Amino acid sequence: MNSYLNKVVSQFKGIAPDVDFWTLRVTAESSESVSVRQDVMQPVYNHQATGALITVLVGDGSGYAATSDLSAEGLKKAADSACEWARQSSKLGLLKAADYPRPDAVASYETPVNRQWSDLSLTDKVTMLQDANTALKIHDSIVDWSAWLGYGSDEVVFVSSAGAHIEQCFHYIRPGLSAVAHKGGQTQVRTGGGSGTARQGGLEQLDMLQFPSAAPEVAEQAIALLDAEDCPKGSMDLVLAPSQMVLQIHESIGHPLELDRILGDERNYAGTSFVTEDMFGSYQYGSELLNVTYDPNHTEQLASYAYDDEGSKAERAYIIRNGLLERPLGSATSQARTGMPGVANARQAVWYRPPIDRMANLNVEPGETSFTDMIGNIEHGVYMESNRSWSIDDSRNKFQFGCELGRLIEDGELKGLVRNPNYRGISATFWRNLATVGDADSFQVLGVTNCGKGEPNQSIYVGHASPVCHFRGVDVFGSEQ
Amino acid sequence: MSSEMQDYFYNLAGDLFDSLQCDEVLLLEFSGEDSDFVRLNHNRIRQAGQVAQRTLSLDLIAGARDAHGRHASASVELCGHMEQDFKQLSALLESLREQRAFLPEDPYLYFSDEINNTEYHHDNEVVSSQHALEQITQGAGDTDLVGIFANGTQYAGFASSIGQRNWHSSATFNFDWSCYLTKDKAVKNNYAGFEWQPEVLASKMDSARHQLAILSRPAKTIEPGEYRAYLSPSALNEIIGMMAWGGFGLKSHRTSNTPLMKMVEEGHTLSADVSLREYHGRGLAPMFTGSGFIKPDEVSLIDAGHYHDCLVSARSAKEYGQAVNADYEYPGALDMSAGSLSQDDVLSELDTGLYINNLWYLNFSDRNNCQLTGMTRFACFWVEDGEIVAPVNVMRFDDSVYSLLGDSLIGLTAERELILDSSTYGQRSSHSIELPGALLSSLKLTL
Repeated sequence: MNSYLNKVVSQFKGIAPDVDFWTLRVTAESSESVSVRQDVMQPVYNHQATGALITVLVGDGSGYAATSDLSAEGLKKAADSACEWARQSSKLGLLKAADYPRPDAVASYETPVNRQWSDLSLTDKVTMLQDANTALKIHDSIVDWSAWLGYGSDEVVFVSSAGAHIEQCFHYIRPGLSAVAHKGGQTQVRTGGGSGTARQGGLEQLDMLQFPSAAPEVAEQAIALLDAEDCPKGSMDLVLAPSQMVLQIHESIGHPLELDRILGDERNYAGTSFVTEDMFGSYQYGSELLNVTYDPNHTEQLASYAYDDEGSKAERAYIIRNGLLERPLGSATSQARTGMPGVANARQAVWYRPPIDRMANLNVEPGETSFTDMIGNIEHGVYMESNRSWSIDDSRNKFQFGCELGRLIEDGELKGLVRNPNYRGISATFWRNLATVGDADSFQVLGVTNCGKGEPNQSIYVGHASPVCHFRGVDVFGSEQ
Repeated sequence: MSSEMQDYFYNLAGDLFDSLQCDEVLLLEFSGEDSDFVRLNHNRIRQAGQVAQRTLSLDLIAGARDAHGRHASASVELCGHMEQDFKQLSALLESLREQRAFLPEDPYLYFSDEINNTEYHHDNEVVSSQHALEQITQGAGDTDLVGIFANGTQYAGFASSIGQRNWHSSATFNFDWSCYLTKDKAVKNNYAGFEWQPEVLASKMDSARHQLAILSRPAKTIEPGEYRAYLSPSALNEIIGMMAWGGFGLKSHRTSNTPLMKMVEEGHTLSADVSLREYHGRGLAPMFTGSGFIKPDEVSLIDAGHYHDCLVSARSAKEYGQAVNADYEYPGALDMSAGSLSQDDVLSELDTGLYINNLWYLNFSDRNNCQLTGMTRFACFWVEDGEIVAPVNVMRFDDSVYSLLGDSLIGLTAERELILDSSTYGQRSSHSIELPGALLSSLKLTL
């Protein structure tokens, strides 16, 4: 683990303020991104940041300060600032002292990596991306194309005045492919190879994300969509691939179940929730086939960790079981505010933002139906892949989503492509129309890399894994409404 | 504080430039802030703190820009101690040199080789955050207030080994908040600027209370269909924001990926009342780019309903042979021309329809046709015979910009509102927009 970060910790302990409780979270972030667009190497981008977030409790008040000046003098200055805000909020604060957790765990965790980022030379990475570009530019109608590959690591040491000392190191791999096809006033974009998501781990994750092997299919589908029929309109069966289930889970299960939203913290920005505290334990969120877990145990998933950023231990839990709403996505602080059970999901997106309730890994558990059998039982419907448009109301109820690619389903068979597929519905009823859940063979571990929330704003990685799922009676349409 | 930061950046830059090899050019871009962030819920402090950030971006180039130079770039968080920062950056430069050796020439590398030094300070004394916060919580009283108060100084700088130096710093506050009646019934408000004036805050609080009283009436649920509608400047800003998502960048135009493709390729037009420009001259954001170019005072994007110019970054300028007029190909200082409809006449001209104060979570339902979907949010009202009758429950719209700002546009208001972006992803935004409200003959509601 990072000796410099532990040196900063020691330094802080020497000047730690005399307050009721404090935490220090020191982070070293680093990343490297390589990309090739239209066969031209783009500037390699490297990023390094080291900083600390100090949180203190004084009476009922809490304050924080973030600084990249990790000298004793810099840490002292930041601690003084945090104390000043704690004293201010002790007079005007929303929470009581008892609402804040006092973690004392000692632990360490690191993402398993089989193939290090450095195992592939920069020259080989560039060659891989150039080859992917060649595979993407297969026709004159491809007017823009690119391939990219990035790596990031976050080393974090979290300590508290109660004795917590948690060291964690996360490794991320971020590949992607994109092809833009254009003809006669119609533009179609197809992405793949991990675009829009990422994984924890090393270069061994690339195969699982079909990078760069998906390049020919990405380009072929972008071209084929130009001449495809528009998605049909009407109430019909809808089958969502994991690449769209990610978004469906995220917006209409994840956000409405975040406990800080239910408590109103997000009402000025990300919104509130149609879910209320009294619904847990009794509300039928979906059909009996719906099983949703908070699961930190898929080590390759984006939000797998041993402890969250409040120092709470991460343990798998059912959020929805057999369609019944069991518990919210609430951190230790939110649990104390409500007296409800929750999960370890207090997370900060970067070193200088305070932790808030986030989704972490939120997954739909696989069922028992094969993809072939699922399609075979559908008379008329549409299958959709890869989210491209998302919109939902501030209570996370009325939604409309669009996908890159659709396929007609007729008489139990997948038929031709349809373009511009969209659908809309209402969260409170949509999940009750879940008719079939795909088996483990269709289960994919994906995620979202741009989940935005919080004031001040934070964009964070969250993980979503899901099988293919089938819904009945969904309002589907194309570009002609 | 600002001049200390400027001196630190220039001195650090000077030391780094002294360490360069003879054929190298180094471009440095600095951004930072010292800001307080206070989050409120139920008119109490939920989270409060202070953030100090200093980020330096480096682009290390070998060879001239016209001879296909090679380069590698990085960004680093500075600690603020010269010796330690110089040591870290020197090591980073060495690793960039090693990286560069394995990279091909970059045909689209482009940076300013002219020296244009600029300096802008708007470092007035910021209001005490504690003082402002007491006024906010006292002013709100028993109102259920939720939001964010951000306050402090932001810094931006550029330095090149060619000799250019640029600096921009400003001290501002941005209070973005909502007052809730119940569930999703709320009034949204914002107060931002350079000089905190308690009477302005009090006036906005009074206005919110007035609207809350109307929100307390029984809500009306609207059936899907087409309605006359008035979009406030805040609501129209959401529509313009979607147009800006790839709509005005040269690269998106040249790759047929702009949502305004029908304007560019098929000659579609918007109403002749619609004129939109990027007005860098407003001065809220730095006038220099990360490649050392100075932005023009303005770039006309849409002129009397016709598409005009694109925003052009340094990289696109080289690729497509045009002049640089922006840092990124996304607007940050939009200015929409006013119309002739008096704000006082909006309700009577609307007659019967929707008065929409805020739209929310927009996205494209058909990008090729610039067709948007999104939700109403906060205080939106049903109007009959020119009188506000009832608040409305949230509804989804799905409509094309070619209709909203084309055939369906009755008029724009003569009064405009300057909106300072309250977004804080990465750091506090310096984006802004000034625009009118819009009266529409038809807005399509779908769900």
